Amino acid sequence: MTGAMLDARESEARTSKLLFEGADWSFPLLQTVYEAVQKIALEDLGLNVFPNQIEVISAEQMLDAYSSVGMPLMYSHWSYGKRFVRDELLYRKGYQALAYEIVINSNPCISYYMEENTMAMQTLVLAHAAFGHNHFFKNNYLFQQWTDPNGILDYLEFAKRYVCECEERHGVAAVESVLDAAHALMNQGVFRYRRATKLKLGEYERRRRERLANQAESYSDLWRTVPISALAREPTLSEQEVIERKQRLRLPEENLLYFLEKNSPTLQDWQRELLRIVRNVAQYFYPQRQTKLMNEGCATFVHYHIVNRLYDDGLISEGALLEILHSHSNVVYQTGYDNPHHSGMNPYALGFAMMQDIQRICLRPTDEDREWFPDLAGHDDWRGALREIWANYRDESFVRQFLSPHLIRTLKLFVLSDKSAEPAYRIDAIHDEIGYRKVRNALAQSYDVSGAEPDIQVVDVDLLGDRQLILKHNVRNGVRLAEASRDQTLRHVRKLWGYEVRLEEG
Amino acid sequence: MRESGDPRNMPQFIDRRLNPRDKSLGNRMRFLRRTREQLKRAVDKAVRERNISDAAKGGSVSIPSDGIREPQFHLSNTGGDYERVLPGNKEFVSGDRIEKPRSGRGGGGREASDSGAGEDAFSFALTEDEFLDILFDDLELPELVKASLKDATLSEYRRAGYSNDGTTPNLNVLRTMRYSMSRRLALRRPSTDEVRRLEEELNELRAKDTPDLGERKRIPKLFGDIERLKRLQRAIPFIDPIDVRYNRFARVAIPRAKAVMFCLMDVSASMGEREKDLAKRFFILLHLFLKRKYDRVDIVFIRHTHEASEVEEQEFFYGKESGGTIVSSALKEMIEIREKRYPAADWNIYCAQASDGDNSGNDTGGCVELLTQTILPITQYFAYIEIADRGEGGNWGGLMSGKELWRGYAKVAETAANFAMKRVAGPGDIYPVFRELFAKQKRKGAAR
Repeated sequence: MTGAMLDARESEARTSKLLFEGADWSFPLLQTVYEAVQKIALEDLGLNVFPNQIEVISAEQMLDAYSSVGMPLMYSHWSYGKRFVRDELLYRKGYQALAYEIVINSNPCISYYMEENTMAMQTLVLAHAAFGHNHFFKNNYLFQQWTDPNGILDYLEFAKRYVCECEERHGVAAVESVLDAAHALMNQGVFRYRRATKLKLGEYERRRRERLANQAESYSDLWRTVPISALAREPTLSEQEVIERKQRLRLPEENLLYFLEKNSPTLQDWQRELLRIVRNVAQYFYPQRQTKLMNEGCATFVHYHIVNRLYDDGLISEGALLEILHSHSNVVYQTGYDNPHHSGMNPYALGFAMMQDIQRICLRPTDEDREWFPDLAGHDDWRGALREIWANYRDESFVRQFLSPHLIRTLKLFVLSDKSAEPAYRIDAIHDEIGYRKVRNALAQSYDVSGAEPDIQVVDVDLLGDRQLILKHNVRNGVRLAEASRDQTLRHVRKLWGYEVRLEEG
Repeated sequence: MRESGDPRNMPQFIDRRLNPRDKSLGNRMRFLRRTREQLKRAVDKAVRERNISDAAKGGSVSIPSDGIREPQFHLSNTGGDYERVLPGNKEFVSGDRIEKPRSGRGGGGREASDSGAGEDAFSFALTEDEFLDILFDDLELPELVKASLKDATLSEYRRAGYSNDGTTPNLNVLRTMRYSMSRRLALRRPSTDEVRRLEEELNELRAKDTPDLGERKRIPKLFGDIERLKRLQRAIPFIDPIDVRYNRFARVAIPRAKAVMFCLMDVSASMGEREKDLAKRFFILLHLFLKRKYDRVDIVFIRHTHEASEVEEQEFFYGKESGGTIVSSALKEMIEIREKRYPAADWNIYCAQASDGDNSGNDTGGCVELLTQTILPITQYFAYIEIADRGEGGNWGGLMSGKELWRGYAKVAETAANFAMKRVAGPGDIYPVFRELFAKQKRKGAAR
């Protein structure tokens, strides 16, 4: 920030260029500021964004938006009402303030702004949402691979209509019961690894022939003489059957909703369609959960850069800048672990700090940075470097690559290990030479969404036999499922499957 | 869809604040419906516990989160091994050990999962309407009363579609024009514009000094056309009598929508603060209930010792009076007021009497006679509440166990269908007793 004192002449010149004065906003003013913000975002930062659709809403509508998971339209379900009732109560009692904006990954990119924001705040959120988040949505590889911003609103429109029709035809209670069960499995309703796209039939035949040819070529008679170990012996007939059965159902399958939709023996077509809707919505949000840190970091970095440029160019007043920076620093405040308000790492704070750190490494690298980030240190285009990072990483890989020793020292990060078998916690690593890598890896690990969630897969079912569905929870680090919610969720799975369901943990 | 390759597209600004409110209303209603059972219990409890004058104000109630839980698989927060990265290290070095707090994972542990244990009770705010809706959900006016509600003694005119005849003030212009237009279209009546166009062309041609051959031929044709169209216009009127529609009004019988509620209370020395408070709670509940069923509810407060008088509400509940107890005086006063101000044809008459059951020895017979002869035949419902002694609790034996007045009224209750009596001992009893009196499908005598 250039906070220098200005002489009278200069300040007069500034006043004449100011985009706005005072706190009130209006639509023409928004338009003017948008153009100024856009100029910096596109020409200076080189962002690439979807067209923007900017909607101003009231507090009550913000609550509405909250309750429908931020989407402008959503199918009806009581749980959204529950969310609304709870948020409304929290808001009325003053426990919870409302967000300044909500932004949706769609094309055009829709963002909502609270009417109560001052013009300075609107400037901030324009830069943050309409350019920061928007650029991230459009360019990050996860969003490109997994979401269809052109189609999402149409799809939700269809979903809403479809659910409504089902309610008319089959009754609200029947629809609710399917949706309840599907919502319970929402976190198990995503593909974490992209499936190979379906082969065309001709392609399939060619591949099969290639495989056979390959086998023939690499056949070596020598292998015949190696004694067959107990493990590698020929499977018995019944084992062979099981293997075949699993292959036919493509087991194991991590996407429970997908499996139930395709294979449940009891569901009717409309019920399967409902599962598919819930699954698609879950999949749509999955990239957002994996890139929370980066997304907020990117948006915060962008708004910070843009408002400072606006100020430097004399387009906003010192007062407006101070107001913006005030709420900016509230947002990026990181509490220490021993602060009673501490609730983990603040994604805004860490994300923003990392983006700034990368900029610093490009511009003013130290010897340490040269050693740790040979590619970045002294990079002549920090904007390009950041854009590339925004496009190609998710939180986990981003932290693993770019958390610098400098930042670990600044934040004074340390690793606390908590083993249930031991009576005490242990400090595994702190911000010192031997600790950097350990801290970085542990932090990266904590941003791995699939690591924070139980790994539950469908492992077997005998459709011709007792039809018992067998799920397996692959226990990591000895952490089992919470029992009460496990049993309740299993009841929902049973409802969808129609037969007995067993969950193995191990 | 706009071209997404060019980011320089103008943004679209939309003012959504003007959109209809309550987008979540549907989901909120679904949620309320789902929690109805539990809400009902919570509301009943609130009414029992709260001061009755606040009870109906709505407000916040808590319900257990059983039916509204959204379970998901999540990892247990006890057991297992974790590694956490925390900011703000001040004194630790690698290898330091920190004793775990005794009670499990404590403050250093993982955060509570979002839908797990943290959600034992769900609290939300109800509006007054929602609150009353739920409070009186399964109550209704007794059968008998509904029957007399159906007696159509009043009627009014209401809109009832359209008719072909009527008076000019009732003309429905929109309908009329709609029929007129469809008829004109069907019969291909030429429009004024069409005629004017031809006439203008004709004038133009005639104004020309040297018309060519085609134009000369055109003139007589235009003459003919215009003549024909005008004839058609005359033959097919713009508005024909068959187009005309009038608003129709029909006499509709409406139920009587007014009710008067007589509150009778013994204020003799034997009625203390506690007894009056209980009586008040009952009266207020009845008033709330009737207010939901009728457009207008009047309340008449009659208090009595050995003589009765009509008083204001404040006086009724808090005034001091001493004397003996003659219940029939209140009944007489009520009959008098009813005759003067509330003709039975226009008013639904409800009566609630509260007393500690004392009456001077020879008066009860008179009361019973007044009730059966004069009051019950014109009353929709007569409820008698006897305030029992504190110690009696909920343990009240049979009908004949009460005091003087109770024993007398018990005979009435056996024969009259619109008479009910209950005993209450504490504030907690009021609402259950009230419910019992008005519970749906109540059958007189079935309980006994």
